[in-house]
Amino acid sequence: MTSPAIVAEGLVKSFGDVHALRGVSFEVGTGTVLGLLGPNGAGKTTAVRVLTTILVPDEGRAMVAGHDVVASPQSVRRSIGLAGQYAAVDENLTGRENLVLIGRLNHMSTVSSRQRAVELLDQFHLSDAAGRPVRTYSGGMRRRLDLAAALVTHPPVLLLDEPTTGLDPASRQDLWDVISSLVADGTTVLLTTQYLEEADRLADRIVVIDHGTVAAEGTSTELKARIGGLSAVLSLADAATAARVIASLTDLHAVVGSDDATVIVPARHGAATVRDVLNRVDAQGIEIVRLDMHEPTLDEVFLSLTGSRS
Amino acid sequence: MSATDKGSGFAWAIRDTIAMMGRNLTAMRRVPQVLVFSLIQPVIFVLMFRYVFGGAIKVPGRDYVDYLMPGIFVQTMTFGAINTAIGLADDKGKGLLERLQSLPMSRYAVLSGRVLADSIRNLVIVVLMMVIGFLVGFDTHTNVLMVVSGVLVMVGFGFALSWLFALIGLSVTNGEAAQAAGFPILAPLTFASNLFVDPSTMPGWLQGWARNQPVSVTADAVRACMLGGPTASKVIPALLWSIGFGVVLGPLAVRRYRRS
Repeated sequence: MTSPAIVAEGLVKSFGDVHALRGVSFEVGTGTVLGLLGPNGAGKTTAVRVLTTILVPDEGRAMVAGHDVVASPQSVRRSIGLAGQYAAVDENLTGRENLVLIGRLNHMSTVSSRQRAVELLDQFHLSDAAGRPVRTYSGGMRRRLDLAAALVTHPPVLLLDEPTTGLDPASRQDLWDVISSLVADGTTVLLTTQYLEEADRLADRIVVIDHGTVAAEGTSTELKARIGGLSAVLSLADAATAARVIASLTDLHAVVGSDDATVIVPARHGAATVRDVLNRVDAQGIEIVRLDMHEPTLDEVFLSLTGSRS
Repeated sequence: MSATDKGSGFAWAIRDTIAMMGRNLTAMRRVPQVLVFSLIQPVIFVLMFRYVFGGAIKVPGRDYVDYLMPGIFVQTMTFGAINTAIGLADDKGKGLLERLQSLPMSRYAVLSGRVLADSIRNLVIVVLMMVIGFLVGFDTHTNVLMVVSGVLVMVGFGFALSWLFALIGLSVTNGEAAQAAGFPILAPLTFASNLFVDPSTMPGWLQGWARNQPVSVTADAVRACMLGGPTASKVIPALLWSIGFGVVLGPLAVRRYRRS
């Protein structure tokens, strides 16, 4: 039984009248990936800033790699790597100089900083550009260098704040592969994202935060199940017919679809529910134009939980 | 410093400062245009005051060019401090500050590395401006040691003023905002001063400020070092201003950094 690598307990942080965090709690098991999902302004970045010791919480407690973020910030800093949405590297330094600087500021020797820089540049396919100022790099290359900078000390805990925001699909895929291989090697990752696909793909567990509180928590399968799992979508001739169908299916929680002539029925008992629905509609002598089965996307989960699109 | 929080000690602060200073100096070397542009403005001032207005400006007991050039040097130092604000605000705007704050490095090094790099840059600029001064007829009337002391006095003033601008740089969101915030502070310090004209020609209410504000006091000290006359009574007040700025504003800037 290993203890969690990250524990957040009742974190509260306000900036004047803006309540960024209103009591956020979650845990990230060692060697697992937690996706922190939420719309802009939900408090994701504030949570990351607290966990990386950049901000001191107003209330609550956070432990990272066994160290309290307020009482032992330097110990926390020695255990973490942070990569963010900005590609926080110096444009006027070369790729190599950036990584060596981060090594030195992590109090590694000059020699091992240089060795580590060469290793990382190679691993991230940046060796050819190692001696060029970063201002000549593409967006994808900068982001790779930014992630490399977070890995200089082989940190056991990695915090990634929207690591692929603004990247093209190929670069995003590239970064996902790197993150997956780090996790395979035992790194604990906390990842904030607005991309549900990213959370679906990388995260073992997902915490949805909205307005500074945890709106839901679970695996992506559990979250999808929360809004009813599979549903049947009936397309009908017109809105009036749809209304008659809904009236006959109220006990099954049928609702009107996005198009007034469709009806959505949660298929709580799978095929049995669908058979029941078809029988009842048939009994009324109504013809179904089309029947689809629909599995909710994380997008819909997100919408139903936060009432806003990410 | 607790045992578990080692790495925040004095030796590390020095090492981290050197690492940050090296980074800033490398970045400056990579963008030499910035150094060239920061010379253009003072050169224009030299040409304007030496050849356009100079004939109409009288200063007691000296050639105007000898009075003017130390003023220009101090003006250049004073305006140079704005680079500290711009550099830090840029680092902040680009998210670099956030990364540095998450590293186990000294909490002083980002600021001290910046301020020291800017001081070295100031030193280079003052030397270049002295060459330009000699080209337009400026001459020193003391010895090399005194001239070097004069240079140190004004670079020290630039260093102290940089802490004020570090505070400004950390309080705004990007480089442009830093530039905009800096000018209203710099204008009264450099223009309502003794840098270009003798304050005795100014209205009475302005004279007190123009004679005793820190930029003028520093210029008086530099003039004493380079042109002669009583030195201690001019240099000590200038040093006190610089030390005062550093002692008050340094800790404020560090506190701002810890909380930003």
